[in-house]
Amino acid sequence: MSESKTIHFRIRKFNPETDPAPSWKTFAVPFAKGMTVLDGLHWIKRNQDTGLAFRYSCRMGVCGSCGMLINGRPTLACNTQVAALKAAMVVVAPLPNFHTVRDLVPDLTPMFEKHQAIRPFILREDKGEMDAPTAEFYQTPHELEEYLQFSFCIRCGACMAACPTMATDRDYPGPMPLAQAYRYSADSRDGGFAERAKAVDRKSGVFSCHFGSECSAACPKGVDPAKAIQLMKRRLVFDYLRLFKAKKPCGGVHGQRTTGRREGIPEAPEYTIK
Amino acid sequence: MRHSRLWTWHILAGLVILVLLGLHMVIMHLDEVLPLAGLNPAGGEAIDWANVAARAKLGFFMASYIVLLGAALFHGLYGLNTIIGETNVGAGLKRFATACLMVMGVALFVVGTYAAIAARGLAMKG
Repeated sequence: MSESKTIHFRIRKFNPETDPAPSWKTFAVPFAKGMTVLDGLHWIKRNQDTGLAFRYSCRMGVCGSCGMLINGRPTLACNTQVAALKAAMVVVAPLPNFHTVRDLVPDLTPMFEKHQAIRPFILREDKGEMDAPTAEFYQTPHELEEYLQFSFCIRCGACMAACPTMATDRDYPGPMPLAQAYRYSADSRDGGFAERAKAVDRKSGVFSCHFGSECSAACPKGVDPAKAIQLMKRRLVFDYLRLFKAKKPCGGVHGQRTTGRREGIPEAPEYTIK
Repeated sequence: MRHSRLWTWHILAGLVILVLLGLHMVIMHLDEVLPLAGLNPAGGEAIDWANVAARAKLGFFMASYIVLLGAALFHGLYGLNTIIGETNVGAGLKRFATACLMVMGVALFVVGTYAAIAARGLAMKG
Protein backbone atom coordinates (compact mmCIF):
# COMPACT_ATOMS: atom_id res chain seq x y z
CA MET A 1 0.00 0.00 0.00
CA SER A 2 1.65 3.29 -1.07
CA GLU A 3 1.67 6.36 1.17
CA SER A 4 -0.36 8.47 -1.27
CA LYS A 5 -3.30 6.10 -1.05
CA THR A 6 -6.41 6.67 0.93
CA ILE A 7 -8.11 4.05 3.03
CA HIS A 8 -11.82 3.97 3.70
CA PHE A 9 -13.16 3.68 7.22
CA ARG A 10 -16.74 2.46 7.57
CA ILE A 11 -17.87 3.33 11.06
CA ARG A 12 -21.02 2.42 12.94
CA LYS A 13 -22.59 5.57 14.39
CA PHE A 14 -25.20 5.44 17.10
CA ASN A 15 -26.40 7.78 19.77
CA PRO A 16 -29.05 5.93 21.80
CA GLU A 17 -30.47 9.23 23.05
CA THR A 18 -31.30 10.60 19.59
CA ASP A 19 -30.99 7.85 16.97
CA PRO A 20 -33.71 5.24 16.50
CA ALA A 21 -31.20 2.77 15.09
CA PRO A 22 -27.48 2.55 14.33
CA SER A 23 -26.25 3.82 10.96
CA TRP A 24 -23.03 3.44 8.99
CA LYS A 25 -20.86 6.27 7.71
CA THR A 26 -17.85 5.98 5.38
CA PHE A 27 -14.78 8.24 5.58
CA ALA A 28 -11.79 8.52 3.23
CA VAL A 29 -8.61 8.75 5.30
CA PRO A 30 -5.07 9.37 3.96
CA PHE A 31 -2.98 6.28 4.55
CA ALA A 32 0.43 6.56 6.21
CA LYS A 33 2.95 3.81 6.89
CA GLY A 34 2.60 2.47 10.44
CA MET A 35 -0.87 3.96 10.80
CA THR A 36 -3.09 2.22 13.34
CA VAL A 37 -6.88 2.08 13.34
CA LEU A 38 -6.82 4.43 16.33
CA ASP A 39 -4.72 6.91 14.30
CA GLY A 40 -7.37 6.75 11.58
CA LEU A 41 -10.15 7.42 14.06
CA HIS A 42 -8.23 10.41 15.43
CA TRP A 43 -7.80 11.76 11.88
CA ILE A 44 -11.53 11.40 11.23
CA LYS A 45 -12.37 13.13 14.51
CA ARG A 46 -9.98 16.01 13.74
CA ASN A 47 -10.93 16.51 10.10
CA GLN A 48 -14.31 15.03 9.24
CA ASP A 49 -16.51 14.16 12.20
CA THR A 50 -15.75 15.94 15.46
CA GLY A 51 -18.71 14.21 17.10
CA LEU A 52 -17.29 10.71 16.64
CA ALA A 53 -17.06 9.01 20.05
CA PHE A 54 -14.45 6.40 20.90
CA ARG A 55 -12.51 5.49 24.02
CA TYR A 56 -8.72 5.40 24.22
CA SER A 57 -5.90 6.24 26.58
CA CYS A 58 -2.39 4.75 26.39
CA ARG A 59 -2.13 4.17 22.58
CA MET A 60 0.25 1.27 23.22
CA GLY A 61 -1.89 -1.79 23.97
CA VAL A 62 -1.61 -1.55 27.73
CA CYS A 63 -4.70 0.18 29.12
CA GLY A 64 -7.36 -1.82 27.24
CA SER A 65 -9.57 1.21 26.59
CA CYS A 66 -9.82 1.09 22.79
CA GLY A 67 -11.35 -2.38 22.37
CA MET A 68 -13.61 -2.41 19.30
CA LEU A 69 -14.79 -4.64 16.48
CA ILE A 70 -12.40 -4.13 13.57
CA ASN A 71 -13.21 -5.96 10.34
CA GLY A 72 -15.30 -8.43 12.32
CA ARG A 73 -12.66 -9.14 14.96
CA PRO A 74 -12.77 -7.76 18.51
CA THR A 75 -9.38 -6.25 19.25
CA LEU A 76 -7.54 -3.06 20.25
CA ALA A 77 -7.62 -0.14 17.80
CA CYS A 78 -4.20 1.09 18.95
CA ASN A 79 -2.65 -2.32 18.43
CA THR A 80 -4.01 -2.90 14.93
CA GLN A 81 -2.10 -1.49 11.98
CA VAL A 82 -4.26 -0.63 8.99
CA ALA A 83 -1.74 -2.23 6.60
CA ALA A 84 -1.89 -5.49 8.56
CA LEU A 85 -5.62 -5.75 7.87
CA LYS A 86 -4.86 -6.15 4.14
CA ALA A 87 -8.27 -4.73 3.23
CA ALA A 88 -9.40 -1.72 1.22
CA MET A 89 -12.04 -0.92 3.82
CA VAL A 90 -11.67 -0.79 7.60
CA VAL A 91 -15.03 -1.57 9.16
CA VAL A 92 -15.23 -0.41 12.78
CA ALA A 93 -18.08 -1.10 15.21
CA PRO A 94 -18.40 -1.16 19.00
CA LEU A 95 -17.70 -4.42 20.85
CA PRO A 96 -20.63 -6.85 20.57
CA ASN A 97 -22.27 -8.36 23.69
CA PHE A 98 -22.27 -4.91 25.34
CA HIS A 99 -24.76 -2.06 25.19
CA THR A 100 -23.48 0.93 23.27
CA VAL A 101 -23.01 4.20 25.12
CA ARG A 102 -22.34 6.05 21.89
CA ASP A 103 -20.71 5.27 18.50
CA LEU A 104 -17.71 3.04 19.32
CA VAL A 105 -17.99 3.27 23.10
CA PRO A 106 -19.37 0.11 24.76
CA ASP A 107 -20.82 0.07 28.25
CA LEU A 108 -18.35 -2.15 30.10
CA THR A 109 -20.12 -1.81 33.47
CA PRO A 110 -21.55 -5.39 33.47
CA MET A 111 -18.10 -6.79 32.79
CA PHE A 112 -16.55 -4.94 35.70
CA GLU A 113 -19.42 -5.92 38.00
CA LYS A 114 -18.91 -9.58 37.13
CA HIS A 115 -15.18 -9.13 37.58
CA GLN A 116 -15.76 -7.66 41.02
CA ALA A 117 -18.05 -10.58 41.96
CA ILE A 118 -15.25 -13.15 41.62
CA ARG A 119 -13.14 -11.14 44.12
CA PRO A 120 -10.11 -10.49 41.93
CA PHE A 121 -7.51 -10.07 44.61
CA ILE A 122 -5.50 -12.23 47.03
CA LEU A 123 -7.75 -13.59 49.78
CA ARG A 124 -6.12 -14.85 52.95
CA GLU A 125 -7.02 -15.52 56.52
CA ASP A 126 -4.14 -13.56 58.00
CA LYS A 127 -5.95 -10.23 57.80
CA GLY A 128 -3.19 -8.44 59.67
CA GLU A 129 -0.63 -9.20 56.98
CA MET A 130 -3.20 -8.39 54.28
CA ASP A 131 -4.09 -5.00 55.70
CA ALA A 132 -0.61 -3.97 56.79
CA PRO A 133 1.94 -6.07 54.89
CA THR A 134 5.30 -6.33 56.57
CA ALA A 135 7.15 -7.83 53.59
CA GLU A 136 6.70 -10.01 50.47
CA PHE A 137 5.39 -13.58 50.32
CA TYR A 138 7.63 -16.31 49.01
CA GLN A 139 6.75 -17.75 45.61
CA THR A 140 8.82 -20.12 43.49
CA PRO A 141 9.18 -19.57 39.71
CA HIS A 142 7.06 -22.71 39.18
CA GLU A 143 4.27 -21.32 41.35
CA LEU A 144 4.46 -18.07 39.40
CA GLU A 145 4.11 -19.96 36.10
CA GLU A 146 0.83 -21.47 37.33
CA TYR A 147 -1.00 -18.18 36.84
CA LEU A 148 1.43 -15.77 35.15
CA GLN A 149 -0.05 -15.72 31.64
CA PHE A 150 -3.55 -15.07 32.99
CA SER A 151 -2.26 -12.02 34.86
CA PHE A 152 -1.44 -10.30 31.53
CA CYS A 153 -5.17 -9.56 31.04
CA ILE A 154 -5.86 -5.84 30.57
CA ARG A 155 -9.70 -6.12 30.81
CA CYS A 156 -10.27 -4.70 27.32
CA GLY A 157 -13.41 -6.80 26.81
CA ALA A 158 -12.30 -8.38 23.50
CA CYS A 159 -12.80 -11.90 24.88
CA MET A 160 -16.26 -10.97 26.20
CA ALA A 161 -17.23 -9.65 22.77
CA ALA A 162 -16.01 -12.82 21.03
CA CYS A 163 -17.75 -15.24 23.41
CA PRO A 164 -20.77 -17.06 21.86
CA THR A 165 -22.16 -17.95 25.29
CA MET A 166 -22.15 -14.28 26.29
CA ALA A 167 -24.30 -13.58 23.24
CA THR A 168 -27.15 -15.73 24.52
CA ASP A 169 -26.76 -15.81 28.29
CA ARG A 170 -26.55 -12.45 30.07
CA ASP A 171 -25.98 -14.13 33.44
CA TYR A 172 -22.82 -15.88 32.23
CA PRO A 173 -19.80 -14.20 33.85
CA GLY A 174 -17.76 -14.31 30.63
CA PRO A 175 -14.18 -15.29 29.83
CA MET A 176 -12.40 -12.42 31.54
CA PRO A 177 -13.95 -12.78 35.04
CA LEU A 178 -13.73 -16.58 34.88
CA ALA A 179 -10.10 -16.51 33.79
CA GLN A 180 -9.34 -14.08 36.61
CA ALA A 181 -11.15 -16.36 39.07
CA TYR A 182 -8.70 -19.08 38.09
CA ARG A 183 -5.75 -16.69 38.02
CA TYR A 184 -6.22 -15.83 41.70
CA SER A 185 -7.23 -19.35 42.76
CA ALA A 186 -4.03 -20.71 41.18
CA ASP A 187 -1.88 -18.20 43.04
CA SER A 188 0.12 -19.91 45.80
CA ARG A 189 -0.38 -16.87 48.03
CA ASP A 190 -4.17 -17.12 47.80
CA GLY A 191 -6.64 -19.03 49.96
CA GLY A 192 -9.93 -17.86 48.44
CA PHE A 193 -10.84 -20.75 46.12
CA ALA A 194 -13.92 -21.75 48.13
CA GLU A 195 -15.22 -18.19 48.09
CA ARG A 196 -14.69 -17.80 44.34
CA ALA A 197 -16.27 -21.21 43.72
CA LYS A 198 -19.52 -19.81 45.13
CA ALA A 199 -19.46 -17.09 42.46
CA VAL A 200 -18.68 -19.29 39.45
CA ASP A 201 -19.98 -22.78 40.37
CA ARG A 202 -23.64 -22.05 39.64
CA LYS A 203 -26.19 -22.11 36.86
CA SER A 204 -24.93 -19.91 33.99
CA GLY A 205 -21.51 -20.16 35.60
CA VAL A 206 -18.21 -21.66 34.57
CA PHE A 207 -19.82 -24.88 33.26
CA SER A 208 -21.75 -22.94 30.61
CA CYS A 209 -18.51 -22.47 28.67
CA HIS A 210 -18.63 -24.52 25.44
CA PHE A 211 -14.86 -24.31 24.97
CA GLY A 212 -15.26 -22.60 21.60
CA SER A 213 -11.98 -20.78 22.40
CA GLU A 214 -13.00 -17.63 20.52
CA CYS A 215 -11.94 -15.68 23.61
CA SER A 216 -8.38 -16.97 23.36
CA ALA A 217 -8.26 -16.27 19.63
CA ALA A 218 -9.45 -12.69 20.22
CA CYS A 219 -7.19 -11.74 23.14
CA PRO A 220 -4.78 -9.01 22.00
CA LYS A 221 -2.40 -9.81 24.86
CA GLY A 222 -2.05 -13.53 24.11
CA VAL A 223 -3.87 -14.65 27.25
CA ASP A 224 -5.70 -17.98 26.97
CA PRO A 225 -8.95 -17.49 28.94
CA ALA A 226 -10.44 -20.69 27.50
CA LYS A 227 -7.63 -22.69 29.12
CA ALA A 228 -8.16 -20.93 32.45
CA ILE A 229 -11.88 -21.77 32.32
CA GLN A 230 -11.20 -25.46 31.62
CA LEU A 231 -8.65 -25.53 34.46
CA MET A 232 -11.23 -23.94 36.76
CA LYS A 233 -13.80 -26.59 35.74
CA ARG A 234 -11.27 -29.33 36.43
CA ARG A 235 -10.43 -27.89 39.81
CA LEU A 236 -14.11 -27.64 40.78
CA VAL A 237 -14.80 -31.25 39.70
CA PHE A 238 -11.70 -32.52 41.50
CA ASP A 239 -12.73 -30.52 44.54
CA TYR A 240 -16.20 -32.15 44.48
CA LEU A 241 -14.68 -35.62 44.11
CA ARG A 242 -12.22 -34.74 46.90
CA LEU A 243 -9.32 -35.46 44.58
CA PHE A 244 -7.94 -31.95 44.83
CA LYS A 245 -5.45 -31.45 47.61
CA ALA A 246 -5.68 -27.81 48.58
CA LYS A 247 -2.36 -26.40 49.69
CA LYS A 248 -2.19 -23.89 52.47
CA PRO A 249 -1.40 -20.45 51.11
CA CYS A 250 2.31 -19.79 51.41
CA GLY A 251 3.00 -18.14 54.72
CA GLY A 252 6.62 -17.13 54.70
CA VAL A 253 7.39 -13.49 54.15
CA HIS A 254 10.83 -12.02 53.70
CA GLY A 255 12.13 -10.58 56.92
CA GLN A 256 9.69 -12.33 59.28
CA ARG A 257 10.79 -15.95 58.76
CA THR A 258 7.44 -17.22 60.04
CA THR A 259 7.84 -20.59 58.33
CA GLY A 260 11.50 -20.50 57.48
CA ARG A 261 13.09 -20.24 54.05
CA ARG A 262 12.37 -23.10 51.68
CA GLU A 263 15.21 -25.22 50.37
CA GLY A 264 16.75 -24.09 47.13
CA ILE A 265 15.59 -20.51 47.43
CA PRO A 266 18.56 -18.18 47.64
CA GLU A 267 18.85 -15.49 50.27
CA ALA A 268 16.99 -12.33 49.32
CA PRO A 269 19.18 -9.35 48.54
CA GLU A 270 19.45 -6.51 50.99
CA TYR A 271 16.64 -3.95 50.78
CA THR A 272 17.69 -1.02 48.62
CA ILE A 273 15.62 1.36 50.74
CA LYS A 274 16.16 1.15 54.49
CA MET B 1 -26.67 -25.74 44.26
CA ARG B 2 -23.09 -26.30 43.22
CA HIS B 3 -23.18 -26.96 39.50
CA SER B 4 -19.98 -29.00 39.64
CA ARG B 5 -21.95 -31.87 41.21
CA LEU B 6 -24.36 -32.07 38.27
CA TRP B 7 -21.52 -31.60 35.80
CA THR B 8 -19.46 -34.38 37.42
CA TRP B 9 -22.41 -36.78 37.29
CA HIS B 10 -23.05 -35.73 33.70
CA ILE B 11 -19.48 -36.76 32.80
CA LEU B 12 -19.65 -39.99 34.84
CA ALA B 13 -23.00 -40.87 33.21
CA GLY B 14 -21.35 -40.33 29.83
CA LEU B 15 -18.61 -42.81 30.77
CA VAL B 16 -21.20 -45.36 31.93
CA ILE B 17 -23.03 -44.96 28.60
CA LEU B 18 -19.77 -45.43 26.73
CA VAL B 19 -19.06 -48.72 28.50
CA LEU B 20 -22.58 -50.19 28.53
CA LEU B 21 -23.45 -49.05 25.01
CA GLY B 22 -20.13 -50.48 23.88
CA LEU B 23 -21.08 -53.78 25.52
CA HIS B 24 -24.45 -53.65 23.77
CA MET B 25 -22.80 -53.04 20.39
CA VAL B 26 -20.37 -55.92 20.96
CA ILE B 27 -23.16 -58.34 21.89
CA MET B 28 -25.39 -57.25 19.03
CA HIS B 29 -22.86 -56.98 16.22
CA LEU B 30 -19.72 -58.94 17.10
CA ASP B 31 -21.37 -62.22 18.08
CA GLU B 32 -19.91 -63.96 15.01
CA VAL B 33 -16.30 -62.94 15.64
CA LEU B 34 -16.14 -63.08 19.43
CA PRO B 35 -16.79 -66.08 21.68
CA LEU B 36 -20.19 -64.90 22.96
CA ALA B 37 -22.03 -68.21 22.69
CA GLY B 38 -23.10 -68.01 26.32
CA LEU B 39 -24.91 -64.77 25.60
CA ASN B 40 -26.61 -66.05 22.44
CA PRO B 41 -27.26 -69.69 23.37
CA ALA B 42 -29.97 -70.28 20.74
CA GLY B 43 -27.63 -69.37 17.90
CA GLY B 44 -28.72 -67.30 14.92
CA GLU B 45 -29.14 -63.53 15.28
CA ALA B 46 -28.37 -61.89 18.64
CA ILE B 47 -31.74 -60.15 18.50
CA ASP B 48 -33.75 -63.37 18.11
CA TRP B 49 -36.32 -63.74 20.89
CA ALA B 50 -34.74 -66.90 22.34
CA ASN B 51 -31.39 -65.12 22.73
CA VAL B 52 -33.01 -61.97 24.17
CA ALA B 53 -34.93 -64.09 26.69
CA ALA B 54 -31.78 -66.00 27.63
CA ARG B 55 -29.92 -62.78 28.37
CA ALA B 56 -32.91 -61.31 30.23
CA LYS B 57 -32.68 -64.19 32.72
CA LEU B 58 -29.26 -62.96 33.82
CA GLY B 59 -29.32 -60.53 36.73
CA PHE B 60 -26.31 -58.69 35.28
CA PHE B 61 -28.23 -57.72 32.16
CA MET B 62 -31.26 -56.55 34.12
CA ALA B 63 -29.00 -54.40 36.30
CA SER B 64 -27.07 -53.08 33.29
CA TYR B 65 -30.33 -52.13 31.51
CA ILE B 66 -31.44 -50.16 34.56
CA VAL B 67 -28.05 -48.47 35.02
CA LEU B 68 -27.85 -47.64 31.30
CA LEU B 69 -31.39 -46.23 31.37
CA GLY B 70 -30.60 -44.05 34.39
CA ALA B 71 -27.32 -42.83 32.92
CA ALA B 72 -28.83 -42.11 29.50
CA LEU B 73 -31.81 -40.26 30.99
CA PHE B 74 -29.66 -38.13 33.28
CA HIS B 75 -27.01 -37.41 30.64
CA GLY B 76 -29.53 -36.58 27.92
CA LEU B 77 -32.02 -34.59 29.98
CA TYR B 78 -29.31 -32.62 31.80
CA GLY B 79 -27.79 -31.76 28.43
CA LEU B 80 -31.19 -30.73 27.07
CA ASN B 81 -31.85 -28.62 30.17
CA THR B 82 -28.49 -26.88 29.65
CA ILE B 83 -29.38 -26.08 26.05
CA ILE B 84 -32.77 -24.69 27.12
CA GLY B 85 -30.98 -22.66 29.81
CA GLU B 86 -28.91 -20.92 27.15
CA THR B 87 -31.84 -19.80 25.05
CA ASN B 88 -33.38 -16.38 25.39
CA VAL B 89 -36.70 -17.54 26.87
CA GLY B 90 -37.84 -16.15 30.23
CA ALA B 91 -36.60 -17.44 33.59
CA GLY B 92 -40.07 -18.74 34.50
CA LEU B 93 -40.30 -20.78 31.32
CA LYS B 94 -36.82 -22.20 31.96
CA ARG B 95 -37.84 -23.29 35.47
CA PHE B 96 -41.01 -24.88 34.05
CA ALA B 97 -38.95 -26.71 31.42
CA THR B 98 -36.54 -27.97 34.10
CA ALA B 99 -39.47 -29.24 36.21
CA CYS B 100 -41.04 -30.96 33.16
CA LEU B 101 -37.73 -32.64 32.28
CA MET B 102 -37.28 -33.87 35.87
CA VAL B 103 -40.81 -35.32 35.99
CA MET B 104 -40.32 -36.87 32.56
CA GLY B 105 -36.97 -38.36 33.58
CA VAL B 106 -38.31 -39.91 36.78
CA ALA B 107 -41.42 -41.26 35.00
CA LEU B 108 -39.40 -42.82 32.19
CA PHE B 109 -36.95 -44.32 34.67
CA VAL B 110 -39.78 -45.91 36.68
CA VAL B 111 -41.44 -47.33 33.54
CA GLY B 112 -38.11 -48.56 32.13
CA THR B 113 -37.04 -50.14 35.42
CA TYR B 114 -40.40 -51.90 35.68
CA ALA B 115 -39.99 -53.15 32.10
CA ALA B 116 -36.48 -54.52 32.81
CA ILE B 117 -37.63 -56.32 35.97
CA ALA B 118 -40.83 -57.62 34.34
CA ALA B 119 -38.90 -58.87 31.32
CA ARG B 120 -36.66 -60.91 33.60
CA GLY B 121 -39.72 -62.31 35.37
CA LEU B 122 -41.25 -63.34 32.03
CA ALA B 123 -38.03 -64.89 30.83
CA MET B 124 -37.62 -66.86 34.06
CA LYS B 125 -41.15 -68.28 33.69
CA GLY B 126 -40.07 -69.48 30.24
